[in-house]
Amino acid sequence: MPYNCVVLAKQVPDTAAVTGKAMNDDGTVNRSALPAIFNPEDLNALELALQIKQAHGGTVTIMTMGLPSACDVLREGLYRGADRAILITDRRAAASDTLATSYILNCAIKKLSDVDIILCGRQAIDGDTAQVGPQAAEKLGIPQITYVEELLSLCDRTITVKRNVGAGWEKVRATLPVLLTVMDTANEPRPCGVKRLLKYKKARSQSELAKEGATEAAVQSLKDKNLLIDQWDLDYLDADMQWCGRNGSPTKVNRIQSVVLSASGYKEIAPTDEGLRDMVHELIVDHTIG
Amino acid sequence: MIEVNRNGEVWVFAEQQDGQLSEVPLELLSRGRELADKLSVKLGAVLVGDNASPLVEELSAYGADKVYLVEDPLLGVFQTSSYTRVLCELIEKHKPQIVLYGATAVGRDLAPRVASAMKAGLTADCTDLQIDDFTESRSKVVHKNLLQQIRPAFGGNIIATIVNYDRWPQMATVREGVMPLPERNGTIRAEVVSESIKITPEDLPLEILSRHFEAKKVNLKASRVIVAGGAGVGSKENFKQVWKLANVLGGAPGASRAAVDLGFIESDYQVGQTGTTVRPALYIAVGISGAVQHSAGMSDSAKIVAINSDPDAPIFQVAHYGIVGDLNVVIPKLIKAIRAKS
Repeated sequence: MPYNCVVLAKQVPDTAAVTGKAMNDDGTVNRSALPAIFNPEDLNALELALQIKQAHGGTVTIMTMGLPSACDVLREGLYRGADRAILITDRRAAASDTLATSYILNCAIKKLSDVDIILCGRQAIDGDTAQVGPQAAEKLGIPQITYVEELLSLCDRTITVKRNVGAGWEKVRATLPVLLTVMDTANEPRPCGVKRLLKYKKARSQSELAKEGATEAAVQSLKDKNLLIDQWDLDYLDADMQWCGRNGSPTKVNRIQSVVLSASGYKEIAPTDEGLRDMVHELIVDHTIG
Repeated sequence: MIEVNRNGEVWVFAEQQDGQLSEVPLELLSRGRELADKLSVKLGAVLVGDNASPLVEELSAYGADKVYLVEDPLLGVFQTSSYTRVLCELIEKHKPQIVLYGATAVGRDLAPRVASAMKAGLTADCTDLQIDDFTESRSKVVHKNLLQQIRPAFGGNIIATIVNYDRWPQMATVREGVMPLPERNGTIRAEVVSESIKITPEDLPLEILSRHFEAKKVNLKASRVIVAGGAGVGSKENFKQVWKLANVLGGAPGASRAAVDLGFIESDYQVGQTGTTVRPALYIAVGISGAVQHSAGMSDSAKIVAINSDPDAPIFQVAHYGIVGDLNVVIPKLIKAIRAKS
């Protein structure tokens, strides 16, 4: 039987690409120099959703909350095989912490009918919190299965998965609907399909079209070709403002400090028998070894 | 959500499995003790499970003033929904001001669900916790004695301090290994508060078909000496040099994430932000460039020796001794020097 999957994706700065070029002179990271990418583990979530669709039929909807520029990850999702893309963007959603974000995503998911499986990456590489998935599941009132590594079976609205629990694994079964958070070890995300890329690179959201100054006729033509990315704001979601953005976020950032690797002055040891002997002697004298 | 409650206790979720406490709740009790003393409130441990009461003594010995005990055969195996029900009911009844969880597979699964149900704040993966005042930047309103939740973010490139001043409890998950284990004090007996909480079938939506746990191959946290290799080691063959040096020093081998990703060694040995946080007496980094993600997990080591063929590798900036050279030359010489001395 077919299943409708929703993938929650996030556009993140590529924190793994912090190289010399992305460093300021004072040793801090120049965040604007980092490329914006599809959060890596969200790609594993998308891949799992696409595999479910291939095996059982149904649909894959990719959803993201962010700036209008986050449409880049939606298009990437379409290139890989998603059927529908939804952008949630609203200035009033700015400064949302994980709790407010999960509330807004939950409002958006509730706008869709017949959702069977919600998938997201285990965590995003900019914050590494792993909180939005479980919090969205709680708001939707459905079970969560975190750290999914393998889909073992899916039959008659019953899903069985293997999850990684750090020091081992668990095989668990649940009745749909359910929210899964997916590990990078679950699968190898497929590349973009060339045909799909050629088709969906023209896909645009309303805000992108407005920025490009597209005519009404051009917008209608995109819509007819199914290339209009849905764009939802908080009014459309009937979201209660007290749970959105800054108001809806109990956690506040008090301070941010950049990690500066400071040269504290190490002792240079020559890679010779004599140099190493002296170092070992010092380590024995100060009771580090021996 | 509960109201701001200045008399509220400091709580630690005492994660246990099959009647065994993991180390992280004991680490949390040690910092929890400091926080509770500073706030002049009691330190509580929340112990949930089936026949978990034998662990009360252990929690007492590690500093808990009170143990909230919830026992039920239905709570024998952890499930997010049932444990969330227990935590939420306890929090609503007793109104703690702070609740801490280990940032383990269980803690990181449970805490966000509890936070969402309570509509309270949660900070993930803290590496430090302090009590301090906070002034709102716009209104200049001062909030006294808040939990300062300190954590790395942005791939370890920044350290953020998070507070939660209105929607309590203040909750955080805390990384394993970053708080030192306290001394055991067997003479203290905590007050036990037994609570019975009704678990319904809706609280157990999952069927746990099978579970498999294996002990970690290595306990890096307990090692006095760690010799860790990185991508610069170059091959699994070269990595044998790392093992050899670790053996000679009676220490444990470790690795950066890059070395694990390259298949030189298993992930149990990984040190750093996504691995284990360690603070040994001696840490020897071989062929590790020293990205912050790695440094975050080892920079508190008492002595750090860096061996790297790249003189500009950032690892030298956290090192006490730096050796620029090829590991296949340096390590045999180093082993010779160690053997000659001992």
